[in-house]
Amino acid sequence: MSKEYLTTSEIAGPLMIIQNVKDVKYNELVEITLKNGEKRKGQVMVAEEDKALIELYEPSIGIDPKEARVKFTGKGLEVPVSKNILGRIFNGFGEPIDDGPKIIPDDLIDINGNPINPFSRDYPNEFIQTGISSIDGLNTLVRGQKLPIFSGSGLPHSHLAAQITRQSKVLKTGEQFAVVFAAMGITFEEANFFINDLKETGALSKAVLFINLANNPVIERISLPRTALTVAEYLAFDLDMHVLVILTDMTNYCEALREISAARKEVPGRRGYPGYMYTDLASIYERAGRIKNKNGSITQIPIVTMPEDDKTHPIPDLTGYITEGQIFLSRDLYKKAIYPPIDVRPSLSRLKDRGIGKDKTREDHSDLMNQLYAAYSRGKDAEELAKILGEAALTSVDRIFVKFSDRFEREFVNQGEYENRNIEETLDIGWKLLSMIPIPELKRVREEYIEKYLKRFVSEEK
Amino acid sequence: MKKGIITKVSGPLVVARGLPFAKMYDVVLVGKLGLLGEIIQIKEDLSFIQVYEETSGIGPGEEVESTGTPLSVELGPGLIGSIFDGVQRPLDILSSSFGSYIVRGVKENPINRDKYWEFEPIVKEEDFVSEGDIIGLVQESEIVKHKILVPVGVKGKIKKIFKGDKRVEDVVAVLDNEGNEIEIKMLTKWPVRIPRPIVKKLPPDFPLITGQRVIDGFFPVAKGGTACIPGPFGSGKTVTQHQLAKWADADIIVYVGCGERGNEMTEVLIEFPELKDPKTGYPLMKRTILIANTSNMPVAAREASVFTGITLAEYYRDQGYDVALMADSTSRWAEAMREISGRLEEMPGEEGYPAYLASRIASFYERSGKVVNIGKEGRISTLSVIGAVSPPGGDLSDPVVQSTLRVTKVFWGLDDALASARHFPAINWLTSYSLYTVDLDSFYKKNINEELPKLREIAMELLEKEAELEEIVRLVGIDALSPKDRMILEGAKSIREDFLHQNAYHEIDTYTSLKKQYLMLKAIIKFYEEGNKALDEGIELDKIINLDVRVDIARAKYISESDLKYFDELFEKIERDFSSLKEKSKEEVR
Repeated sequence: MSKEYLTTSEIAGPLMIIQNVKDVKYNELVEITLKNGEKRKGQVMVAEEDKALIELYEPSIGIDPKEARVKFTGKGLEVPVSKNILGRIFNGFGEPIDDGPKIIPDDLIDINGNPINPFSRDYPNEFIQTGISSIDGLNTLVRGQKLPIFSGSGLPHSHLAAQITRQSKVLKTGEQFAVVFAAMGITFEEANFFINDLKETGALSKAVLFINLANNPVIERISLPRTALTVAEYLAFDLDMHVLVILTDMTNYCEALREISAARKEVPGRRGYPGYMYTDLASIYERAGRIKNKNGSITQIPIVTMPEDDKTHPIPDLTGYITEGQIFLSRDLYKKAIYPPIDVRPSLSRLKDRGIGKDKTREDHSDLMNQLYAAYSRGKDAEELAKILGEAALTSVDRIFVKFSDRFEREFVNQGEYENRNIEETLDIGWKLLSMIPIPELKRVREEYIEKYLKRFVSEEK
Repeated sequence: MKKGIITKVSGPLVVARGLPFAKMYDVVLVGKLGLLGEIIQIKEDLSFIQVYEETSGIGPGEEVESTGTPLSVELGPGLIGSIFDGVQRPLDILSSSFGSYIVRGVKENPINRDKYWEFEPIVKEEDFVSEGDIIGLVQESEIVKHKILVPVGVKGKIKKIFKGDKRVEDVVAVLDNEGNEIEIKMLTKWPVRIPRPIVKKLPPDFPLITGQRVIDGFFPVAKGGTACIPGPFGSGKTVTQHQLAKWADADIIVYVGCGERGNEMTEVLIEFPELKDPKTGYPLMKRTILIANTSNMPVAAREASVFTGITLAEYYRDQGYDVALMADSTSRWAEAMREISGRLEEMPGEEGYPAYLASRIASFYERSGKVVNIGKEGRISTLSVIGAVSPPGGDLSDPVVQSTLRVTKVFWGLDDALASARHFPAINWLTSYSLYTVDLDSFYKKNINEELPKLREIAMELLEKEAELEEIVRLVGIDALSPKDRMILEGAKSIREDFLHQNAYHEIDTYTSLKKQYLMLKAIIKFYEEGNKALDEGIELDKIINLDVRVDIARAKYISESDLKYFDELFEKIERDFSSLKEKSKEEVR
């Protein structure tokens, strides 16, 4: 039987100080009961002998310090898990917010989890086919990877994430998939778009959704990704499923973090974000991965909308230091009506080399990837030059490259929102485009591959 | 024994009252779980403790017990090939005993107590030995002969010495020091925050050969020297560090993964046992110690991890080995200091970092060096330190970068623009520097070739001129340049693409010996100089730059080390091609 305290001495923003407490533990969950019986949750931030500093997970509106009954639960925030959570929608604490029945838990798990022992990790090396050429072909995603989408406001990152969710598969059969969708501070419309998309494709029955909308409590956004990842870990490592986790939008998460840090009067770091933001983000992103001797995996696709499209802003910057690459969306391509507007040049998948090649995708993948990349870069550079000095300043070869990069954007990068290209198709489009370029200029591909994969397009193109 | 009582818990900081015999930096056990912590501040009756494990569920009223000793590492045979966390807990053993996640309060001995090692004495009874003297040898891995040293502060006459299979806690020798018997075991301990003693430091004068052309050729680091690699994300810090750990010609490598990605450590764990050291032919893991405190592991242990790493490195340096330590990334280490400092409510310095940031960084890098070790023979050995720095947004005005630049002698500046042009290693040749170049020139001249430093000078000059000319090209187009200037651009391009660019994932290109580096550079410069001469004789630039031999120069990087005669043919071909070009032009004139 735990005691209830009526000794709240201070409330400021999301923080409360409770006096004359006993045996309070750091990080334990606190329940505050208001006069009208309403309950709010919080967590112990600082535990002292006779007082405790509490951070509320929910708004402090309406809390009267003289009336609030504070109960220390003796345990951290736990999320109930069971097989039946698939197809359900929850808030940031794992409480159902659809109209379904209560979850009868098989287990209760602390949302903070424990760090994976680096020795127990298994290296991600299984190719995931997303059906999107600019990802599969040039920035290949592998199982257990964390690959964020760096976007900007108004760009179609949600559509891209939904498409990845719809189309992702591994070129092996008989394995179970699940999607965990963690929405932090997004609009109703955006959330609705995802839910409808999952419904239409029948994927909702394999998905678990955690939703905190833009008008829901900010502070709930701190626990939400952790709750979602705890469920993902349960699905992956207890139920052997391959889980794709979409975290959107990490920018809102970081802003919530900043808000709380400011309320705690901590020394701010860059742009007011707390100095520990790197560690905090790592405790989310590093929960992706594979574990030796376990069948499941967690692949993360966090979405980061870069304020002012600036990749040196602390949120994309720190994310980039932790994640294994990034997919950049470009406003220029978007204006050219190219979907998905992925700029392949700054995009990178650090784990791609392990997931491609013979027996995984195709033997020529690596060479082709380097060649496409180099040719596109050269075309873009030449295009820049032509803008300043005029078309006439270009050599005839450079003009071909400019034409190539234009077609590359329109035919390789550009594809339908519901167009699912398999890896063979993606690679063949690549070869087909390369056939425009004189063969001596194709320095990054082996001659045997030119013979085998390129030649058949040469006559066609002419 | 009396214990202290916790009065406050705030994240990794715990305050305890009435802890008897509290000394600064002593290790304490916190709470019912016995979490590992360290005293970092004492105020009257209160001890402030940074805890190396997650403190959730710990509260006031629980007990704190002091171990009475500072944070120390265990030293002895069995370290090589291991993977430890920041406070030297063996991660492989934790994984097999406690599962895939790191749980709290678990303790395992860093060094296996049950394993037998064959101890082979090299001193006899009645010999007089003192600190640092070698008393025996143990074959620790196929390539590392572990030298058992007389511990610091110990001396005496050998009374007994035991040959044969011993465990690390068995007595291998007994000393007699004026009637007092001292037992010597293979296992010793050393506090991580105190440098191990040396006799004196010497100026470094040998290169640490890394097989990376931009490093060895242009910005070399000396054995016993220090280097830093700052760069934004995606610029290839970790790949560069991995390349150095793989190919640097040190005897022992200590790799500290400090607050970085878990999968990167897994990659090392998978790759290193497979890859063979070009010098010894044995797997790289047989000379490597890994410290992994990834970004999601407790922050205080991250703060300790670089000290743990460098103490292990010093221990092998004491044995007479050339050791290289890579720390990736020191920014995360600095951030750990910042976090703890913030919790202590210390007055912050720049960017919220503690005011002592610069002095901590300096004292870490100063533990490197070429030294004369304690011990009879006056063994000379080196400890090189290479630190990656991850400045926010790649901004070099970051306090961690600036504090590091003040104490390191080599700067390999990674460049975002190069990385996004897929030029790897993305080390910017215009901003990077090495203060060892001059000291090492005599080595290069003596061991590789007299003209190597000269070639490097020419190459650097070309690259600098290229940068100037690029400006002009950007404004008025390439046609505005004279043929001579365009030849400079061609030469510089060849240096960039055919020499500096190196593919870490190509089996041959990943490592280039100094000999081959010299030959490659020579071929490139030779072509440039011949080209210039040809221009003087009135030959058109297009004819020069379209010579077939350029393809052969470009291919040189993929030529195997056992096939260096390729270069003799290449040099001949360059000469032949140019002379036939001249012949032809003479004919045309006629």
